[in-house]
Amino acid sequence: MEGNIFQVIWFVLWGLLWAMYFVLDGFDLGVGMLLPFTAKEEKERKLAYAAVGPFWDANEVWLITAGGATFAAFPRTYAVMFSALYLPLMLILIALIIRGVALEFRNKVESETWRRVWDWLFFIGSFVPPFLLGVAFGNIFKGIPIDADGIFQGSILSLFNIYGILTGILFILFFLVHGAIWLAIRLPDKSLKEKYASLASKLWWGELVVAVIFLIATFIFTDLWNNYFRYVWLWIIPILTVVSLLLIPYFLKQGSYWKAWFASAGTIFFATFFGIGGLYPRMFPSSIDPSYSLTIFNSSSSLLTLKIMTLVVVIFVPIVLAYTFWVYRTFGTEMAPTEEY
Amino acid sequence: MDALLLSRLQFAMASMFHFLFVPLTLGLVILVAIFELLYIRTGDEDYKTAAKFWGKLFLINFALGVVTGITLEFQFGTNWRYYSEFMGDIFGSLLAIEATLAFFLESTFIAVWFFGWDKLSKKMHNLAIWLVALGSNISAFWILTANAWMQHPVGYRINEELGRAELTNFWAVVTNSYAFHELLHTLSASYVLAGFFVLGVSAYHLLRKSHVDFFKKSFRVGAVWTAFWTIFLIIHSHFQASDVAEKQPEKLAAMEAIWETQEGAPWVVFAIVDEANERNVAEILPIPKALSLLSYHDPNAPVKGLKEWPRDERPPVAVTFYSFRLMVFIGLWLLFMAIWAYVKRNEPENHPRLLRLLLWTIPLPYLAIQFGWLVTEMGRQPWIVYRIMRVSEAVSPVPVSFIWVSFISLLVLYAILGAVDFYLLAKNAKLGPDAVK
Repeated sequence: MEGNIFQVIWFVLWGLLWAMYFVLDGFDLGVGMLLPFTAKEEKERKLAYAAVGPFWDANEVWLITAGGATFAAFPRTYAVMFSALYLPLMLILIALIIRGVALEFRNKVESETWRRVWDWLFFIGSFVPPFLLGVAFGNIFKGIPIDADGIFQGSILSLFNIYGILTGILFILFFLVHGAIWLAIRLPDKSLKEKYASLASKLWWGELVVAVIFLIATFIFTDLWNNYFRYVWLWIIPILTVVSLLLIPYFLKQGSYWKAWFASAGTIFFATFFGIGGLYPRMFPSSIDPSYSLTIFNSSSSLLTLKIMTLVVVIFVPIVLAYTFWVYRTFGTEMAPTEEY
Repeated sequence: MDALLLSRLQFAMASMFHFLFVPLTLGLVILVAIFELLYIRTGDEDYKTAAKFWGKLFLINFALGVVTGITLEFQFGTNWRYYSEFMGDIFGSLLAIEATLAFFLESTFIAVWFFGWDKLSKKMHNLAIWLVALGSNISAFWILTANAWMQHPVGYRINEELGRAELTNFWAVVTNSYAFHELLHTLSASYVLAGFFVLGVSAYHLLRKSHVDFFKKSFRVGAVWTAFWTIFLIIHSHFQASDVAEKQPEKLAAMEAIWETQEGAPWVVFAIVDEANERNVAEILPIPKALSLLSYHDPNAPVKGLKEWPRDERPPVAVTFYSFRLMVFIGLWLLFMAIWAYVKRNEPENHPRLLRLLLWTIPLPYLAIQFGWLVTEMGRQPWIVYRIMRVSEAVSPVPVSFIWVSFISLLVLYAILGAVDFYLLAKNAKLGPDAVK
């Protein structure tokens, strides 16, 4: 199959959808991971749930769209990736189901035990997806043991190698910082805001250390850096990642929580594109033989489908972004002290 | 059990569970929007409370519909790898369009509606729930277009070199007449289900003389709505069935348990099917020439029997036949109840027998819808894409043990969630408008 420009466009869009998902669902998942440890009082917990209440569901749609776009634009990648990573994906789905119902069910029954149970389920449902998505992407960066027919030849436990786990921890820290800043924005009380801002600053050190280790480990375990040595202009991506990362504590210290949130969003966004840029043109590299790898050229849909999908995206994604922006402007403000979900 | 059977069971379980929640979502959202619109038009606070009360039940139900939908989209890749590779060019794009056009809309604006009572003007707030209704109904269009393509593929060619189906005519895919009928049938059935839900819950309170004025208003709106959609559904069903007769004759033969090709075929009210011996043991109340007339609008038209096809190209007969019969019988009962409720819509509190029966009718549309999907999907067997690809060719090369793990986990999880959701729905429905004050 000959390459065409639409394959490249869809590869970038594919990265964009994942990046949007990580940026947007990242803070909900972060809040879910923090909640049982940081919010001991019921009033604070209710507020923390209400802080993500209007957003989590639409944020999760970015994941569905990322999955759908993989299916539509690169069906062979979708088919091989999802069947090769069968168990981790199923675990992610189950965790996301639990997370969603925890949010919906928790405040529907007046019972302390009921709430406790859902709080912990909310934690599990918020912890498992970022960790396993991190492990999955780490292994994709490293290469997955798939044969010429795209059949997984490794063991599931082999996915939990040092680099995979490291990427999982990096995702966790990204989202913890992101979620803590979100709570600093939305919680009503000054002391609560400062509590989460200072927590974000502390977690940021962890984020920084793991990010540095990750960049070095990426050089050792993967060939993602090759593209960066080949195309110098791509360096803009890691540079923007690092700049965003360094801006987080600066804005936090200033008390500009929204700016800090955007810096954190930028970190996650550009870090995703660091991976995407290093993968290009591969989507699901084989660690057995590079010629078995799935690339944008050997796994894409027909030109007609790619063109129609491009038209759909050009018309509708700006509309989605516009009303999403409006919702964040209207509802992403500081909450009233009595707000509940 | 092998990977194929287990994957089929898992997909059937996951999609049937998902579809316990979808129809109520599709229908109730419009009723909530109507109640809120009535509040804006009349200023009657009861309608505002009705929007909030039915809206709360809507949300409890909506949550499970959303979370169980994700599993379905991903299962095409996890369990049906070769199907996804073969069909992704067409099927994948329909799913991606569904997410972009519909899921964002409904997921975003349901939150706007829930959190926006004090933040938006009355009209903007009502617009939010209409957008949710639009989003969920658009979603139905795209997913049924995708399903219809598996039933009646159009607008494609087979690329031999890459071994896959490729899109040649997008317009043909989105105007597939099979999808048109599936859409009308599914939407009207969902509206009927939501209508009987509103009637049944209202009946519960009217029987107990609790909030009588409030539930009389819900009942009246519900009765008009349900009567309209039930009549629409029954009439349209006829046209859909004759479309199936034309496009999937072996599905029709299985729905009717017709073994031998015959002219002027009768419609049997019920039969006992003996699949192994390719015959019906007993046929009860055959209505002469009715099947030929219904299917082809000609009392003497020939109807093809199952023996026209080799055994390995026939759908399972018994399950398709019984499911279809049960759906039809429930449908007729619903028509009767809908008309009765409509006639008594202004003073339902004086008709306790009607109210009691309405309460017990709540689960019936759920059953009918599940039976309907069994007919649609079992009747398509052994094909995953009708006459192009077999289900057995589509399954992923995944170890059986993995599928056991996912199947059991999903089964246990769904059973628990279903029970909790039912408990919460029942609890809040019984509380009545007090639940939202």
